[in-house]
Amino acid sequence: MTDPALALTDVTFAWPGQDGFSLSCPNFRMAVGESVLLLGASGSGKSTLLSLVCGIATATSGRVSIGATDIGTLGAGARDRFRAEQIGVIFQQFNLLPYARVLDNILLPLRFAPKRKARIGAPAQEAARLCAALGLPDGVLTKQAGRLSVGQQQRVAVARALIGAPPLIVADEPTSALDAATQDSFLRLLFEQAEQARSSLLMVSHDERLGQRFDRVIRLEEIVTTRRAAA
Amino acid sequence: MILRLAMQSLMARALTVGMTVLAIALSVALFLGVEKIRTSARASFADTISGTDLIVGARSGSVQLLLYSVFRIGNATNNVTWESYRDIAARPEVDWIVPISLGDSHRQFRVMGTTPAFFEHYKFRGGRSLEISAGHGLDDLYDTVIGADVAATLGYSVGDPIVVLHGLASFTAHDDQPFRVAGIVAKTGTPVDRTVIVSLEAIEAIHVDWQSGAKSGQTTPVEVIRSMELEPTAITAALVGVQSRLQIFGLQRWINEYPEEPLLAVLPGVALQELWQIVGVAETALIGVSAMVVVTALVGMMAMIFSSLNERRREMAIWRAMGARPSTILGLLVIEAMLMAAVGSVLGLALLYLGLAIGQPWVDAAFGIWLPIDPPTVRELWVLAIVIGAAALASLLPAIRAYRLSLADGMMVRI
Ligand SMILES: Nc1ncnc2c1ncn2[C@@H]1O[C@H](COP(=O)(O)OP(=O)(O)O)[C@@H](O)[C@H]1O
Ligand SMILES: [Mg+2]
Repeated sequence: MTDPALALTDVTFAWPGQDGFSLSCPNFRMAVGESVLLLGASGSGKSTLLSLVCGIATATSGRVSIGATDIGTLGAGARDRFRAEQIGVIFQQFNLLPYARVLDNILLPLRFAPKRKARIGAPAQEAARLCAALGLPDGVLTKQAGRLSVGQQQRVAVARALIGAPPLIVADEPTSALDAATQDSFLRLLFEQAEQARSSLLMVSHDERLGQRFDRVIRLEEIVTTRRAAA
Repeated sequence: MILRLAMQSLMARALTVGMTVLAIALSVALFLGVEKIRTSARASFADTISGTDLIVGARSGSVQLLLYSVFRIGNATNNVTWESYRDIAARPEVDWIVPISLGDSHRQFRVMGTTPAFFEHYKFRGGRSLEISAGHGLDDLYDTVIGADVAATLGYSVGDPIVVLHGLASFTAHDDQPFRVAGIVAKTGTPVDRTVIVSLEAIEAIHVDWQSGAKSGQTTPVEVIRSMELEPTAITAALVGVQSRLQIFGLQRWINEYPEEPLLAVLPGVALQELWQIVGVAETALIGVSAMVVVTALVGMMAMIFSSLNERRREMAIWRAMGARPSTILGLLVIEAMLMAAVGSVLGLALLYLGLAIGQPWVDAAFGIWLPIDPPTVRELWVLAIVIGAAALASLLPAIRAYRLSLADGMMVRI
């Protein structure tokens, strides 16, 4: 049996501080190549869960495994490196370093992921291919990222997440800053490229309408119980 | 790539970064400028006299003697009698001796009575001799040889008449005696530039009709004065060269123990050293103040980085999500600080040279200090390196805070 793309087992976590938001996830699994949409209201802990998946926040107990690796067993530095190698991240908004060129933004994760970088022969060409495939205009690579429209920025973020074909793409409400029309084409392109790269896709959102394309749509409450210390 | 991104990040915040860099540049220019003036002043002072083994004057402080005899700063409290001078000159150790008589002035410049031997033995800047650039030396009783600054300031050329004033700030002119400019000394960068040189006899001639500072009734005609025996009764100081360096201390002791009147002989180098010790306190204070200005600029930079952290949390979260370690974020901020300091330092250096180019003639004219425009010294480069290093240290505090924030923020900064 192959390892799942992502597996959370008996995970608990609490943010430090008095209003300590805490969360537990007894069991959640994603198969390789699967696309999953997690639905939850804002403040329900979606981003927190993704921080755990990415290894930016560390579980208090339980196991978070990506592929065959339990990231809890990695040291902090190795975990950061692992994230760079294995996970492409897309945020809701402000994904890019606004002062840097688009090309530098797309290549940024490769800077921390030598193996991922080695997988692609010519990074700049690959970046250009992704941009073209994602419908970005010619010459966008040398533009300053902050000068692009929000929709274009989100697509650059997709190119950055997909470059070097990491096994897992994590997206935190990537469409919520887009209008309905662009949302749809954005998702179509994202799915196209994720399939081509054979990456699994974990997306969280509060928007139920996005569900059709995904293999599975899950409500956060189904896999996670949250608790908030009384304010 | 990180270096390039750091530079782009800085350029994106051109205004605040620019102000910070400017503050660092100004402080660095100030610090280097103070250093430059300090070392140049020392060099100018040290270059003023060389080749003289002993300076002799009435007993006072050695620094005071050095200042009035060589730098024409301050006044002698007492004179040396001509007899004492003759006794010293007769010593077997003495190779040459040049008397100096101060006390009169011409406009804002001092008049110095001496002998033609002065031009032969007075050496500056490591053994250079005075050079008469126009005219000739002291031939006639009423000849004067003027320094380059005197000529330039007063617009004198060879042959012009000169009226010598008695005392330094008095207005009683020795206008009955016809001095004229016989020669002009080429620029030396020493107090000679600002001196009117006459013969010792001329000093006596001026004072023939003067008794204890007041003009007596009659005016002796110039022809009579010319025929008089004009032997001075006293001089202000004397420069002495010895036959062999080994004899310096013996002669010095002999002069200091001279029974007829209290005299003082000092080695110019030793007196200079003493002077530095006095000036050193002020110098240290000056360096301290300008160093504090640099520190202030760096603290300003630190405050600027601190206040930028909040608006840059998003950026830090991006770096983290891409796989950057918290230490990379720390490094990024330190690199940015070092870049600002480096640009500030280079700009400060440029400002220094600009200031030197503009201020050089003025400082030379006003203070007689020549500020050389040389490539940066190793010491100056060290200062720049230290500023950059200090900037790295100063940035550590906000960088550590960014490090902490990036750990606590998780991946998705709440906006
Ligand atoms: N970095 C953090 N430090 C402390 N508490 C946090 C942090 N990030 C999120 N939280 C808390 O976790 C809770 C869930 O937030 P989040 O996971 O961002 O929800 P969602 O993404 O579903 O809107 C919030 O109540 C918030 O207060
Ligand atoms: Mg969220």
